Amino acid sequence: MDIHEYQAKEVLSDFGVEIPRGGLAYSPEQAVYRANEIGGEKWVVKAQIHSGGRGKAGGIKVCATDDEIWNAADELLGRRLITHQTGSRGRVVHRLYVEEATEIAKEYYIGFVLDRQMERVAIVASSEGGVEIEDIAVQKPETIIRMAVEPAVGMQPFQAREIAFKLGIDKSLLSQSVTTLLGCYRAFRDLDATMVEINPLVVTVNGHLIALDAKMSFDDNALFRRGNIAELRDKSQEDSREMKAADRGLNYVGLDGNIGCIINGAGLAMATMDIIKLHGGEPANFLDIGGGASPDRVAKAFNLVLSDERVQTVLVNIFAGINRCDWVAEGIVQAVSKIDMKIPLVVRLAGTNVEEGRRILKESGLPMIMADTLKEVAQRAVEAWKKHIGKR
Amino acid sequence: MSILIDKNTRVIVQGFTGQIGTFHSGEMIAYGTNIVGGVTPGKGGTRHLNKPVFDTVKDAVEQTGANASIIFVPPPFAADSIMETADAGLRYCVCITDGIPAHDMIRVKRYMRRYRAEQKMILTGPNCAGTISPGKCMMGIMNGHIYMPGNVGVIGRSGTLGYEAASQMKALGIGVSTSVGIGGDPINGSSFMDHLASFEADPETKAVIMIGEIGGPQEAEGARFFKEHMKKPVLGYIAGLTAPKGRRMGHAGAIISAFGESAAEKVEILQECGVTVVPSPAEFGEAVKMVLAKL
Repeated sequence: MDIHEYQAKEVLSDFGVEIPRGGLAYSPEQAVYRANEIGGEKWVVKAQIHSGGRGKAGGIKVCATDDEIWNAADELLGRRLITHQTGSRGRVVHRLYVEEATEIAKEYYIGFVLDRQMERVAIVASSEGGVEIEDIAVQKPETIIRMAVEPAVGMQPFQAREIAFKLGIDKSLLSQSVTTLLGCYRAFRDLDATMVEINPLVVTVNGHLIALDAKMSFDDNALFRRGNIAELRDKSQEDSREMKAADRGLNYVGLDGNIGCIINGAGLAMATMDIIKLHGGEPANFLDIGGGASPDRVAKAFNLVLSDERVQTVLVNIFAGINRCDWVAEGIVQAVSKIDMKIPLVVRLAGTNVEEGRRILKESGLPMIMADTLKEVAQRAVEAWKKHIGKR
Repeated sequence: MSILIDKNTRVIVQGFTGQIGTFHSGEMIAYGTNIVGGVTPGKGGTRHLNKPVFDTVKDAVEQTGANASIIFVPPPFAADSIMETADAGLRYCVCITDGIPAHDMIRVKRYMRRYRAEQKMILTGPNCAGTISPGKCMMGIMNGHIYMPGNVGVIGRSGTLGYEAASQMKALGIGVSTSVGIGGDPINGSSFMDHLASFEADPETKAVIMIGEIGGPQEAEGARFFKEHMKKPVLGYIAGLTAPKGRRMGHAGAIISAFGESAAEKVEILQECGVTVVPSPAEFGEAVKMVLAKL
C-alpha cells in the first residue's frame, strides 16, 4: 500500500526526521489560509498523488503571493496528472500540500528497501539527490552507496555515520544525519514498510537537514497489525476495478486488451495472459480467483470482468487443485444465466471434479466454447474474439 | 530416490485441527503420506483424524519420531510456527500459508541461520502448493493424481502452473521424481538454486524444470548455478511476459521492481546460461520430451 507525501512526512517526523512546515488543503481558500498560517514569503503547492515525477508533470508550483497560491491550487485540484509512473489514465488530484519554500544548498538521496537477494533491509544512498534513483544508477552509479542491516540487531549508529561521511554531509550535521537515518530505519521496521525514500534529503542554506520529499510503501500482508497505517489508505488513488475486486476476495489487475480472463492461481493467470498474446490476442486483465472459490465468488469474478466495457471475449481457465471444477461451473452458470451474454465465452476446466464441472456446463445449455488444454483455450479464445469483432 | 521427501518421511501437521489443516491432512493421508500426528497449541492430548495432537512441535517430535512438518497456521502466527519447527530439530518444513508479512520472513530466515549445516532445517514456501514425490509422499495441497512417478524434477513458484506442467508431462507418459513448490512470496525459505543442487545429486532425476515468474533474483541465480555446477539438463519457463512493471500480479513476490526482474530479462539470462527455455506454457510436456530424448 502506498501513502501520500504529506502522510509519509508526518510518519517520519514522528521518528525524528526533520520536515518543512506545511499543511493540507482541499480548496484554493484553504491553501491560502495554510500559507498564511505557515508564514514566510515563498511557498510550494504540491499535488498529492501516489506517484513520483510530479514536478515534471506540473504538479508542483512555487508561489510568492496569495493570488498565486489560489490560482495554483485552483488549477491543480481535480486535475488528472499523468506522470511516467501513473500510466495513461493518470491520477486525479484531490489533496494539496502547502509547504514553506526551502532554500537548498545541497541535495542527497536516501532509500530503504527490502532486498530480496540479501533477504534484509538495505539502505541505498547517493550524493546526487533530486533525480530518480534509476537515473542516478545510469548516470552516476559510482555515487551509490549500499548497505545491509543485520536483522537480529537492527541498524546501528556506526552504519548511519558511515553513510553520512560517504555522502560528504557536513560534520556539523553528523548527529542530525544519524537521527534521520536511524529514524527512517525504525519507521521502516516498526511499521512493516517495504519502501522509505527521501528524495531529496536537503541541507538548507541555514544548515538544516530536511526531508523535502518523502515516499513510503507498506506490506499489504502486515496491515492487519498496523491499524494506524491502514487508515492512511486513499482509495481515490487506486484503480476502482481493483478495489472492487479486492473487496470480493479476488486478485485483479486491469490491463489494456480485450480478452477478459478468469483463472485460478497467480502463475497460471500470468501464463494464460502470455499465451493469449502468443496467439495474437491481448489480455484485458489479470484475475486470480484464489483457492477454494465458491460458486458465488466465481460469479462475482465473472461480473467484474464483464463490467470492463473493453472486454470482447471471456476466457476461463481453471486447473483445480484445491478448487472444484463443479463449483466453478456452477458460478459460471449462475452469472451467465442472469445476463444476455453477447460476447464469446471460452472455458477450460481441468483437475478436481472436472467431469462434474463439464456436465454442469453442458446441461446448462448456455452458449460457450469448451477447450481441454491450455493451448486450446488460448487459441479458441483468440479465434472467437477475432470472429466476434469481425462481425461487428 | 527423490529429493526432500519419500516413503520414510514421518510428517506432522501444524494447524492440524483447523478447517484447512483438517481437509488437506485427510487428502494427504488418503494419498499415502505417513502423517504421524499434528500440533495445535492447547489441544495436546486429544486425537484428530485418528492421530495424536500435541501442544508443541517438540512434544510431537519426541513422541512420534517425526522428521518433517507441514504448516497450515494463519498468517499472523505462521512465522512463529516455522521457527518453532526449526528449533525442534525437524529437517524439512513446508509452509503453505499465504500472507505472511515480509518482515516476519526476514526474521525467520535470520533465525534459521543459527543452526549448523547438519542440523539446519530446509524450508519450502511460504505461499506454496507444497512438495510431492509421486507414489511416495505428498506434503501439500496439490491433487496427487496429476503427478506420475518418474525422472523429472520440478521446481516452481506457482502451484497451478506446476499442475499444468505435471499434467502435460503425464499426458506424454513422463513422470516426476519430486515436485517442489518454493512459493510466491518475496522472501522465501529456499530457492531454485538450493533444489537444483539436490536434483543434481539425486540419481533418480534425469532432468529438471524450473517454473519461474517475474520479480526477484532467484531464477537468474538458479540459471547461473546450472551453468557452473550442473551436468543434468535444466528447462526453464518464466511467467509474466505481459505483466506491466511495478504492478503486483497476485503473488506478493510477483512484481517487477528492479533491473533484471522482468520475464524478458530473465528469459535472456536463462538463455545465456544454457538453460532450455520453454517458449509457451502449453509446451512444458513437449519440451521435456525433447530434452529427455537427447539423453
